[in-house]
Amino acid sequence: MGFLASVGLNDFVITLMFVNAILAMSIYLTLYGGMFSLANAGFMAIGSYVSVILTQNHDWPFLPAILAGMVAAGLIAIPIGLPVLRLRDIYLAIATIGFVEITRIVILNFDKIVDEVYTRLHMTSEPPKITNGPLGITGIPVQTKLEHLVIAVIILAYFMMRMHRSRFGRALAAIRQDENVAASQGINVVYYKNVAFVLGAMMAGLGGGFSGHLSRIIQPGSYGFGTAVDILAYSVLGGISSWYGPILGGLALTALPEVLRPLKEYTGLINGIVLLIFIAYLPGGLGDPALWRSARKSASRISNFITKGKTADAGA
Amino acid sequence: MLVLKHVSRQFGGLMALQNVEMHLPAGNIIGLIGPNGAGKTTLINCMTGLDHPTSGHIEFNGTPIEKKPAHRITALGMARTYQNIRLFGEMTVLENLVVAQHGLGRATLADSLLQTPRHRREIARLRDNALQLLKRFHLDQSADVVAGNLPYGDQRRLEMARALATNPKLILLDEPTAGMNPVETTELGEQILRMKADGKTLMVVEHDMSLIAQVCDEIYVLNFGQIIAHGTHQEIKNNPVVVEAYLGQEEGA
Repeated sequence: MGFLASVGLNDFVITLMFVNAILAMSIYLTLYGGMFSLANAGFMAIGSYVSVILTQNHDWPFLPAILAGMVAAGLIAIPIGLPVLRLRDIYLAIATIGFVEITRIVILNFDKIVDEVYTRLHMTSEPPKITNGPLGITGIPVQTKLEHLVIAVIILAYFMMRMHRSRFGRALAAIRQDENVAASQGINVVYYKNVAFVLGAMMAGLGGGFSGHLSRIIQPGSYGFGTAVDILAYSVLGGISSWYGPILGGLALTALPEVLRPLKEYTGLINGIVLLIFIAYLPGGLGDPALWRSARKSASRISNFITKGKTADAGA
Repeated sequence: MLVLKHVSRQFGGLMALQNVEMHLPAGNIIGLIGPNGAGKTTLINCMTGLDHPTSGHIEFNGTPIEKKPAHRITALGMARTYQNIRLFGEMTVLENLVVAQHGLGRATLADSLLQTPRHRREIARLRDNALQLLKRFHLDQSADVVAGNLPYGDQRRLEMARALATNPKLILLDEPTAGMNPVETTELGEQILRMKADGKTLMVVEHDMSLIAQVCDEIYVLNFGQIIAHGTHQEIKNNPVVVEAYLGQEEGA
């Protein structure tokens, strides 16, 4: 841990890296089914607020509250997915950004809405402050621990790995490659798209719950368009050609700005350049199996060169 | 097997199909020919549920299907190929045939997560079926090749194998010989006749009259969205209406 801390990766950053790995996996699931959905920042907000309100206002224990946030995000995803997933590509992206913004604004004004309901129903009691508007909920004790996240990432990684080889995963891959043909091969496209969307929303809700109990404060402004794009970037950098790509992407892209912190004002610049290089030269992302194969090959060539003083090619 | 009554499909002001009446008897090979733009592909799309008729009825073994989604119609036993090849290009040849058997599998995501015996048995069964189909279409050497990298003729055959993988009763082939040489076309005709011998019903949309002559029991001719002729190959060949549709009216006639 000493080395990691010396390059800027303290315990908080490492914990955050794993939170973002979960968020990266959440968007991967929809991308795998060919859906360009950016809704996960909204589901993250729902998971975060629901779990924090349960632990802070209703004295729920940490883990049940986190799971409740995950379920809440999944339940809200059902009525959102049914109409929105009829759209494709960029239109789906725009509609889901709309959902993210609506979620943010509803959270922002939630207390006013409750207030209005109380007035309309002529209730005499004082309306409660639930989301606390733009100030958000503050003073949340840190309950998310690295071991929770490592366990969660392992479980989700196992899920992803198996998902690929399952009937469900094959159906999603077929839908991504040609929706109409998938339907003609007997795949219920609407059903599978919605299930993937809901599962992705639940993962985002889980990530939101963990992040809410990590950052001490949650505000509606933390779950806007920027967050939606960040989540997408984790997945793109990691690559969607393998199940471990998004995990690597989430970890790496969270660590990068912290490692670059000594560069002070150049941090953003270098961060951007690294992203551009990845998109231009490694479109398969960090998790591209081809990248790892060639990396292994060059590694063995280098080790051959060191041990035998000649290249593997020359020796062959 | 398949009955179409007064089927019409309108795109805005354009009547792509107009009062189409067809009857595909079980165990036969029916040809559907017509000039480019006649509405042949629209008709197939309406039959398979990728598109839906504006009016009219389609019955498949007595079940009305004109409003059913594609995956339901596939489950009832209909399969198709595409005029422009539409394989799952990123998957291997074998995976294409495994995913094609989706409707024949029952394993859930939970089965796969827990690696239940049901999941293992099902995967083994679907792979076996897929390998048998590959042998039949002489593609077993290419089982692990990514489908998008296959040579053109092999892609055509893989599409046909994929259609068969759903275990259909009726198979609709949309221009199966497009881009093939005469030898390949004859060989494909033999595959089609073999499917008939296996008890399948087929409809073949084609421009290649030699294939039509080789395999079809009956032929329908579509022009400007209407069926203009129906009969055996001999009857169609000598039908002046059909000749006119393809070659235009003789001047001064």
